[in-house]
Order: sequence, then C-alpha cells, then structure tokens
Amino acid sequence: MADLNKLAKMLEELDDLMVACMKCGMCQAVCPVFAETMRESDVTRGKIALLENLAHEMIKDAEGVQERLNRCLLCGSCAANCPSGVRIMDIFLQGRTIVNTYMGLSPVKKAILRGMVGNPKLFNALLDFGSKFQGLFTSQANELLGSSCSKFLSPVIGDRHFSPLAKQSLHSKYGTIDTPAGKSGIRVLFYPGCVADKMYTKAGEACLKVFRHHGVGVWMPSAQACCGIPALSAGDRVAYDKMVKFNVNIFGDGNYDYIVAPCGSCISTIHELWPQFSAEYPKEVQDKIAKISKKAMDINQFVVDVLGVKPTEAPKGGTKVTFHDSCHLKKSLKVASQPRDLIRMNPNYELVEMSEADRCCGCGGTFNLYHYDLSKKIGERKRENIVASGAKVLSTGCPACMMQITDMLSQNNDSVAVKHSIEIYAETL
Amino acid sequence: MLSESLVKEFKSIVGDENVFNSEADRQSYSYDSAVLEPVVPALVVRPTNSEQLGKVVALCNENNNPITVRGAGTNLSGGTIPDKRDGIVILTNGMNKILEINEEDLYAVVEPGVVTAKFAAEVAKRGLFYPPDPGSQAVSTIGGNVAENAGGLRGLKYGVTKDYVMGLDFFDVNGELVKTGSRTVKCVTGYNLAGLMAASEGTLGVFNEIILKLTPPPAASKAMMAVFDDVNKASAAVAGIIAAHVVPCTLEFMDQACMRYVEDYTKAGLPVESAAILLIEVDGHPAQVEDEAATVVKVLEKSGATKIVVAKDAAEKLKLWEARRNALPSLARARPTTVLEDATVPRSQIPAMVAAINNIAKKYDIQIGTFGHAGDGNLHPTILCDKRDAKEYHRVEEAVDEIFDTALSLKGTLSGEHGIGMAKSKWMEKETSRATIEYSLNMKKAIDPKNILNPGKIIAGR
Ligand SMILES: Cc1cc2nc3c(=O)[nH]c(=O)nc-3n(C[C@H](O)[C@H](O)[C@H](O)COP(=O)(O)OP(=O)(O)OC[C@H]3O[C@@H](n4cnc5c(N)ncnc54)[C@H](O)[C@@H]3O)c2cc1C
Ligand code: SF4
Ligand code: SF4
Repeated sequence: MADLNKLAKMLEELDDLMVACMKCGMCQAVCPVFAETMRESDVTRGKIALLENLAHEMIKDAEGVQERLNRCLLCGSCAANCPSGVRIMDIFLQGRTIVNTYMGLSPVKKAILRGMVGNPKLFNALLDFGSKFQGLFTSQANELLGSSCSKFLSPVIGDRHFSPLAKQSLHSKYGTIDTPAGKSGIRVLFYPGCVADKMYTKAGEACLKVFRHHGVGVWMPSAQACCGIPALSAGDRVAYDKMVKFNVNIFGDGNYDYIVAPCGSCISTIHELWPQFSAEYPKEVQDKIAKISKKAMDINQFVVDVLGVKPTEAPKGGTKVTFHDSCHLKKSLKVASQPRDLIRMNPNYELVEMSEADRCCGCGGTFNLYHYDLSKKIGERKRENIVASGAKVLSTGCPACMMQITDMLSQNNDSVAVKHSIEIYAETL
Repeated sequence: MLSESLVKEFKSIVGDENVFNSEADRQSYSYDSAVLEPVVPALVVRPTNSEQLGKVVALCNENNNPITVRGAGTNLSGGTIPDKRDGIVILTNGMNKILEINEEDLYAVVEPGVVTAKFAAEVAKRGLFYPPDPGSQAVSTIGGNVAENAGGLRGLKYGVTKDYVMGLDFFDVNGELVKTGSRTVKCVTGYNLAGLMAASEGTLGVFNEIILKLTPPPAASKAMMAVFDDVNKASAAVAGIIAAHVVPCTLEFMDQACMRYVEDYTKAGLPVESAAILLIEVDGHPAQVEDEAATVVKVLEKSGATKIVVAKDAAEKLKLWEARRNALPSLARARPTTVLEDATVPRSQIPAMVAAINNIAKKYDIQIGTFGHAGDGNLHPTILCDKRDAKEYHRVEEAVDEIFDTALSLKGTLSGEHGIGMAKSKWMEKETSRATIEYSLNMKKAIDPKNILNPGKIIAGR
C-alpha cells in the first residue's frame, strides 16, 4: 500500500502546483514543439489540462497522457515566460513519474486509486485502513518502474548523424584526479557529465586545462554516475534515485568549494532537482544534498564569476563564431553572458549573434529518441539560424546541444564546426 | 460520440493529420482562458484553406453538429468552449497566411489564424502600423480579435479591432461564402455586415479572409507616470487631458491594491502608499509630441498629481511600462485562481467604480486588484482566489454579479473588450432590453435556423 499512498500524495501536490495555471495560453508563443505541431495538447496549457484530469479522476487514458507528456523537450521556455509563474518543470517531471508509476500498478491498485482520488477523505481513511493490511495488496516492495539511463545511452540510431564516441573516455584516460588548490585557493569537484566524458572529451579536457592554468585544484573521482536527468525525465524515479544516491555517496563529505561541469543540464539537475526531489531520502542523504547542490556551478559561470576572467574589448575580424544558449544554461541557470565573455577572450574569433539564439535546438534528451521527426524539425530551424548568421563555428555550453546541432549541420553538409565555449577559451591558454 | 463514417468524411476533407479524435487531443480543446467548466468536443478539425473551411462548416451543419471556431483560445469569456451536444471545434491555426500587404493602399489581407503580433511585426517591417494590441497578441489570432472586437493599450487614440476591419469573407452556416466590405477606404455597398461580424463571437458566420486597414506609424512618442493620493484626482486628470484636446495613445490606471501586488513581485519601487497611478503615452509628429506632453504635464499638476515622472529616453520609457506589463503576472502569482474582469464605465465614473470595487472586496472578503485602460473607462478588476475553495469561490461569483450591477448602474457596459461569451450572457438583457434580445435572436434564427454557429454564446436563453 505504501506506494499507493505516495502516488496519491504526489497527485495532491501536483494539483496544488497546477491550479496556478490560468490557462491564458501565453505559453503557445514560446513552445518549440507547439510551433511545429500547433496542437494544444503539445503545449503546456494542454498538458496541464490533461494532468488535471488525471489528478481528478485518474483518467481512463493514462497512456494518452503519457504520450502527450513525453512530447515535450523540458526546455523550460514556457516556464520562463509564464505570467503566472507556474512551476511547469516540476509539474512535468512529477507528472511523468506519476503516470509511469500508475501504468506500472497492478489492476487492483489502479482500481483502488481510480476510485478514490476524487474523494480524498475517503481515500485517506482507506489508506489508513489499508496500511494495516499491506500484505494483502503489495506484491513487491516497490513498484515505481520505468526505463533507465542505459536506454538513453543506447539510442535507436535512425538516420541520425552521430558524433562518434571518443576513443578513450575522460575517466578511462585520467582515472581519479586529485590535485590540491593552487594559486586560486579553490578546489573543485569536476563532474564532466556523460556526454563530455564519453563523446566530447575535448570539452572535458578544456576544463582540465583551464583549472590547471588558473591554479584550481581538481578532484575527479573515477566513479561517477549520471546526474539522473534522463531517468527523471523518463519518469523513472527508481533509476533516478539510484544514480543520485550513488553520486551523493561519493561526493558526500568531499573537500571542495564547487562542483563544476561543462554541462548546464547536469548542473541544473544537481543544483535544482536533487534537493527538490529529495523529500523521501533518509535525513543524512537530504543533508548532504542540501550542501552539495549549493556548490554546483556551470564551467562558464565559474570561470567568469568566480575566477574573474573577463574580456576588456571584443575582438574583431577573426573566425566568425555564433553562440547557442542551451535551455538549461539560460532558462534554468540564467547563465548567458558568461560563455559569450569567454568566447570574446579569444582574439582569433569574432562573436556574431544568430537570431533566436535562445530557442531550443530540439534535443531535449530522450525527446530526441522518441520524437526524432519533431526534434529534427526544431533542429532545422536552429540550423537555419546558424547558417544565416554566417558563422563558421557554432559554440554552445552544453554537450547535448552539441550532439543535436552536429547532427543537423552534418545532415546538411554545412561547413560549420561545433565547439564548447570552454574549448574556445582554453585555446587561448 | 461521432460515427466512424462522419469522422472519415471530415478526414477526407482536411486529411487524417488534421482531424483530432483521441481523448487526450479533444480534452485539450475543452477550455479557454475563462474560469468556466470545460466541455470536451466530439471532434477537432483543422482546415488548411478556404475550400476546406467551407466544406467543414457545411458538413457540421448537415449533421447538426454545433460549430465552435477556435483561434488561440485566449478569450476570457468562454467563447471557445464547445457545445455539449457533440460540438465540433474548428481550429483556424492551420490557416495562418498573410495573403497581401498593400503598402500603397494601406491595407492587408489575412487568413483568420494569423497571430496578431506576427502580423503587426510583418507590417512594421514594411514601415507600416497595425495598432490593435491586445495583451494576448503574442498568441491571439486576427480571427479571434475580430470575433471579440479586441482592444488593447492603444484603444483610446487608435480604436479597437473593428476600426481596422475594412471587409471580410465569411462562411455562412451552409458553407456558402459571403463577401462584405472592400479594399477601398470608403464603401457603402449594402449593409455593414463586416461591422456586424465584429464582436459576433462566431455566432453569425465563420471568418475566412479578413481585410485590415493599416496606418503610417507615429514618428515619436513620450511616456510618463503620474502619482495621485486620491482616485478622484486621477480620474479628474483623465477628463482634464481629454478636455485639453490631447488624446494620448495610451492612458492606463492602476489602483493601490494592484500596485501593492506588482511591488511585491517586481520590487520596481512603485508608490504603494499612494491611491493610484496613471501611465500616459502621447505619440505622433515630434513637435506635436513635445507640445502634447507639456500640456499633459500641466493638466496633471493642476489635477493634484503628487509626482510626475517623464521618461527621458527609450530605456526609461521601458521601465515605466514595466509596471503596467507586470500587472497581470503580479496579480496572477498572488493566488491560485485569477478572475480577470472587464467592467467598463464612462470615464467620469472611474472613481465611483473603483470605490465600489473596493467596497465589494471588503463586503465579500475577497482580494481584488484593479488596473485598466483609464482613457476608455475600461477597468480590469482582477479577483484573486482559489477556485477549489467552494465557499470562497461562491463569494467571488456574488462579487462579480455586484461588480457588473454597479457598472450598469453607472451607465457602463458588461464588457469593454473581453466579450460576452458564456460568462456574461445572463446579464445581456439587463444592459440592453428584452426587445434587443428578441431582435438579436430573430436575426440569429434567420441566419442560423438550427443554432449551429457557436450556440450558447452572447444571447441568453438559446
Ligand atoms: C493574458 C491575456 C491578455 C488579454 N488581453 C486582452 C486585451 O488587452 N484586449 C482584449 O480585447 N482582449 C484581451 N484578451 C482576451 C483575448 O485574448 C481576446 O479576446 C482575443 O481576441 C481572442 O483571440 P483568440 O485568437 O484567442 O480567439 P479565441 O479565444 O480562439 O476565440 C474568440 C472568439 O472568436 C471566435 N472566433 C475565432 N476565430 C473565428 C473565426 N475565424 N470566425 C468566427 N469566429 C471566430 C471564437 O469562436 C470565439 O467565440 C486577453 C487574454 C489573455 C489571456
Ligand atoms: S503561460 Fe502559464 S498560466 Fe498561461 S496557460 Fe501557459 S502555463 Fe498556464
Ligand atoms: S518545456 Fe519547452 S517543449 Fe515543453 S511545453 Fe514548455 S516550451 Fe514546450
């Protein structure tokens, strides 16, 4: 009965969040998925309406809701522009977990839940009663299930142009790194994140070079798990919790000032989602997360805001480079000027802005796997903007965006290189 | 539920991909921006050209399926909530082409699903100006704007949507194309059907192509904020400005309650101790703008403004407007449910209306913040509540009744710009008369004998 109880509580919480949506429809203006499909169920307002239904009467069509919920990049554009300040990302992540869990329940539990969610008082009374007879209903210790991170890493290839996996991942090349703070007096926990570790190792190496140059001590434990965002956005709390707890265990009482990653998604997950989704963890894990999450910082922000690196003048006449704002970096972490500053540090480049620089590239993690056609259409628009800017290099602060944009550019045979902003800065050192 | 064969017929007109039949899809067209009970349509159909639109309308009529046309679904009066009797939603966002922008003759022709802000931006690219600017313009459609006769911040000087409709084509309930108006500035050929269509809320015909008037943009503008310790003085200033023969493009009002919510959210440094502020912008030829701005300042001083801030440059202007722009977001964040109302009174009655709203808030123990278009007398008392709290929501409904009663008793109107829809149809007779309702019903009966076109909207009793 335990997880029914949990699910009901989650539904209640979801309702509290959703009621803030006034159905004004302003999210239509910024949603990249809606721009392609022009369907109300593909935009926030529609998804919230579906979830409201789910919360109120345990909709007959949970699969339908799941399908709609998955048609979302979790790019956060809607949240950033919502006049009511609806906590949309929380709703979507929570919603995905609820739907996934519901669909994994036994028919008996589904029936109980469905019959009772509409009547909270009766429901609570029954849950109290039920908890005394747990064994009658529970077949397994935990029924929260779904996909896992490994699925994310073994994607369906289709006609994607994949960046090859690096010959040697950062971790296999360096194992554990443990150096003391140098002239900066700062020591960081370096968290390369899956994509920079296995694919864009250059971005990872650039970070290491920057740390070395500025006398920043580095601790990179050889064992690090994924930050958990692919699992969480797939509604898979079991896999997510495992990854978080694994990491927390390792990062635990570390002696470092910041956790730095070249990936906005990882940082915003550690910074925002870890504490937010930690309510059910043991107290000591919660305490650790509270400390760890505060230390998480994106590499661009770290170099500019903490190390104080800033250009005095923007160079002109170099190779034209344009910057794509990754959603997690700009919309969640509000980091937009720092990577541009780092690019301006390199006199061999000239920064030119593309139009809609902060429009989502269409990757959206698992979204790219399940809705490749849509993802590609959104990516096409990004690619058109990049090409129209006349830049020879596309820079961004997020390895996942690098993957998607590389795919788009290479499918069109564009001669535009893709570089992480930290690489461009590291070239000057 | 619709029969399989009927669904197939719709598919054969617009293609499989433009017929939405799944539960999840239909659910997401069951509501709009009004706080009303949703109704799930039997089907959602999206035509992508005129021919398809006409055929879809005809097929709905033949099969007695009520039609609700939906642009962006941002109306605040329930205008796009489908009918309970197997109502069909016709989406216009598949018809979103700007067909012509005529720079010489200053008009444009658009399909109904063109998004207002996109249209205004396209026109601006050519150095022209389309003034109607509803707060929802980033998503609302021209078709929806015409059907609601949407206004905006510039209404006082530039008028509302109907003032820009030179003509339009619409499908009657049988799917026949009716043409009205023309591309000429003057046109007195026949009844002014285009005028009748503005604010018809989809109850008289389905718009196809719309001809819109364009104007040259103003060359300059100047914005200012005036602070008052008394709502009466603010209202006197509004009348004084008009009496001094200055018609600002924008003349906005915010009461103390509203300012407090905005300040809580934005920390913009608003004068929350004062009773009200006015935000004013004049535009036109640079010399005229200077002149008018000076006159406005004089009137404001004479009316007893305690402080006047004139924006020196574009950046300062932006800052002034920030407060107004944040009115709705700030109010919306205060409580879960936001009921945005639209009571409108003659300008001189603004103080009486604001005082009444404040009393109503006290009487029913609810939170209300008021802002609006002072120049038009168009106020937006915004009620903040939680619709899940049945007791509170009941008080809100009573308060809304009283707000409208008050507006009518002050010789005002039920709606300045949000339309009647379902939300306000019960008051129609109070504002007009039984004869008006009868006349309208007869007209509707003649045009749409089976009551297929957006039934239940505007006219009570049908
Ligand atoms: C945040 C916010 C701010 C707003 N600010 C303003 C404002 O400043 N001023 C203002 O006036 N309103 C405002 N509104 C209300 C709303 O945006 C307007 O009424 C707008 O005109 C609706 O346009 P829409 O495309 O969303 O139409 P919808 O809501 O989809 O439809 C409105 C009505 O038009 C009918 N309709 C739509 N298309 C057609 C067609 N082709 N043929 C026949 N009938 C049709 C529909 O059936 C319905 O009755 C605001 C709303 C919100 C949510
Ligand atoms: S913008 Fe925000 S409040 Fe408006 S409909 Fe979208 S989610 Fe709801
Ligand atoms: S997160 Fe992005 S894709 Fe998802 S609904 Fe919001 S704007 Fe659309």
